[in-house]
Amino acid sequence: MATVFNEMLNADGSVRPPWEKLNEWMTTQSSPELKRKLRQAEAIFRRLGITFAVYGTAEAAERLIPFDVIPRIISAAEWRRLAAGIEQRIRALNAFIDDIYHRQEILRSGRVPTDLVIRNAAYVPQMAGHTPARRVYAHIIGTDIVRVSVDQFYVLEDNCRTPSGVSYMLEDREAMMYLFPDLFARHRVAPIENYCAMLRETLDSVAPPACKGEPTVVVLTPGIYNSAFFEHAFLADEMGVELCEGSDLYVDEGYLWMRTTTKPKRVDVVYRRIDDAYLDPLAFQPDSMLGVPGLFDLYRAGRVTIVNAPGTGIADDKAIYCYMPEIIEFYTGEPPLLSNVPTRRCSQPDELKYVLEHLDELVVKEVHGSGGYGMLVGPTATKKDIEEFAKRLKANPANYIAQPTLALSASPTFSNQGIAPRHVDLRPFALTGDQIRITKGGFTRVAMKKGSLVVNSSQGGGTKDTWVLED
Amino acid sequence: MLLGRNAASLFWLARYMERAENTARLVEVAYRISLMPRPFEGHRDEWRSTIVSAECTEGFFAKYAVASAETVINYLLFDRDNPASVRSCLDTARRNGRAVRTALTRDVWESLNSTWNELAQIKPAQVKADTLPGFLDWIKQRSMLFRGALLGTALRQESFYFSQLGSFIERADSTARILDVKYHILLPRSEGVGSAIDTQQWITLLRSVSGHRAYRWAYRDSDYEAWNIAEFLILDNRMPRSLSFCYDWVVESLDSLEELHREAPACIELARATRNDLRGKSISDIFATGLHEFLEDFLAANNKLSSEIASSYNFS
Repeated sequence: MATVFNEMLNADGSVRPPWEKLNEWMTTQSSPELKRKLRQAEAIFRRLGITFAVYGTAEAAERLIPFDVIPRIISAAEWRRLAAGIEQRIRALNAFIDDIYHRQEILRSGRVPTDLVIRNAAYVPQMAGHTPARRVYAHIIGTDIVRVSVDQFYVLEDNCRTPSGVSYMLEDREAMMYLFPDLFARHRVAPIENYCAMLRETLDSVAPPACKGEPTVVVLTPGIYNSAFFEHAFLADEMGVELCEGSDLYVDEGYLWMRTTTKPKRVDVVYRRIDDAYLDPLAFQPDSMLGVPGLFDLYRAGRVTIVNAPGTGIADDKAIYCYMPEIIEFYTGEPPLLSNVPTRRCSQPDELKYVLEHLDELVVKEVHGSGGYGMLVGPTATKKDIEEFAKRLKANPANYIAQPTLALSASPTFSNQGIAPRHVDLRPFALTGDQIRITKGGFTRVAMKKGSLVVNSSQGGGTKDTWVLED
Repeated sequence: MLLGRNAASLFWLARYMERAENTARLVEVAYRISLMPRPFEGHRDEWRSTIVSAECTEGFFAKYAVASAETVINYLLFDRDNPASVRSCLDTARRNGRAVRTALTRDVWESLNSTWNELAQIKPAQVKADTLPGFLDWIKQRSMLFRGALLGTALRQESFYFSQLGSFIERADSTARILDVKYHILLPRSEGVGSAIDTQQWITLLRSVSGHRAYRWAYRDSDYEAWNIAEFLILDNRMPRSLSFCYDWVVESLDSLEELHREAPACIELARATRNDLRGKSISDIFATGLHEFLEDFLAANNKLSSEIASSYNFS
């Protein structure tokens, strides 16, 4: 494995310029003082109810996502590069989805195998031929990015369905401004608090053709037992729109309505945080109690906009991911600005053979998995883990992809051993409506355990504030 | 505009916060009695009678054979099997609060959430005879903090009036139930009133609705009198836990909603009828028809109003 890139340091151990002031400050901080600040932050989060329900634990368990008090710094130049790459990618992703559900030119050109798309569980045939407002499908995308050296970034995943984490991005910043106002005075940190206003503008801008006047927007949540419920409520609150469950909405006379204490109110845009399968029992999974019967027909009739559109999962599927370089070139005519991680598809016999022989050095993921469940991190797995995983892999090779274990960059993090480097990734959020809006910041996940590469919050990873510096 | 489901959550949030406080008050009364010298021969049954007042008899005796201090305190404060226990009430209140997080002010939410978080840290074993009074005070204070945050920070809009309806319907229910369980001690007796045992029971009754001191102020000149006490808790609209006071607020909240919606809800008729009934009656009218019958009718009407509110405002 290559050496780990510490984002704060040059190869010779000197401090990189964007980090100088923060480094100076860190040398003046004592562990007890930082610990006190950390407790303060945790008390704030707990009081606000920013808790996270962990699947598979007792119902009563509400945990805080571990928070790190040391911010992560991204220079203005680095950000410009990332933002350009993200923008290029999301243009390509929306064009790809539009194409897949219309003329399918990319399939006809042979750049992406037809079967891989049409037979994919994330492909929604009911979307074929439908053109949503502004031809936008993935309005909200969270792009997972990792860094391995001073100038090498990789896109790990394009989350085009219902990416979460933005509330942590915003609340982490609030907490940091409360705890360390002096640090903000010393840095030119790009503000992020306009995210919710931009989200509202984006949602308003994609109101369906049938909507005249000011659109009524709602956030659709599966309810309080969902692990991301806090975020759903947070976003609705910050945007000043209603937070609905499926049972609050119904279809009547060709429109979508919400049940109020008096007369029903018409709804134009649904920012849904439930999966495609549960959206509408008449169109998708018939036993779903979470969705709204008849919603999809209205959507197809242009009476309501669903954000993100059903069927966007086809663009962030891990099997499709390998073709992103081709997809970007096909729709933008440019080479990709951000690289993909080299990925092996286990469905191909020679690739499977290679993967099985190198399990101890690869990361193997389920094609449709998320949240760090069902994955193997070769270098840190035990022999027994590897043997068991090999069995599952051989039983269903098409379900897996494999990637080299990347030496994720590390960022200074407050740990039991004081401030020490820990691995991080980054999820910036991009909004697409009448224009593309990318918030200058992101959700940084950090593996709190020394040496761990798993940053998922469901697996004990934490978060930290992400500072994009202005020139 | 308010979602019907959110109106329901606000209503039940307020009801359960009120209920948590009422349960704590019942335990407090039993605890005080248990500290008193045994007045006469015969066993004392303050813990058993608390279970009766809390209307938990069936659930409690399905679980325990004997109503002792330990079992009753645990059942009424901490037992999740008991939907009226303080812990269950706060669980339900917070669950409703989370569902309408966006309709609550930050102060209201934080008061609710921090109460729930702090209660989660308390283990039943920590609450013993010497720590019980402090714990009960804490529950009452947290309920009052919630109420204060609501009154002090909530906009007087739809959401506020639904929480008011929940509070006062629950409070009226609680006062009427406590009166009904004890109605026999308020009945006029041929041998005259004012025996030591009566006085003691009346004080207990007043304490369980936080009306002991208030009664002394309202009826300075007289001793404890059964009729005065009944009048105080049913008809006196200076007394914030009396049925009359509660119904003035119920009707006022519905009037405010009517004004906002420019439309009268179906349930307003029943609310006004109950309020007018309370206003038009004297305590001798009530005793003439029978205190127990009056309270039963009131409880039924109050219950009916709760479900009429739910259907008038599309709670589900």
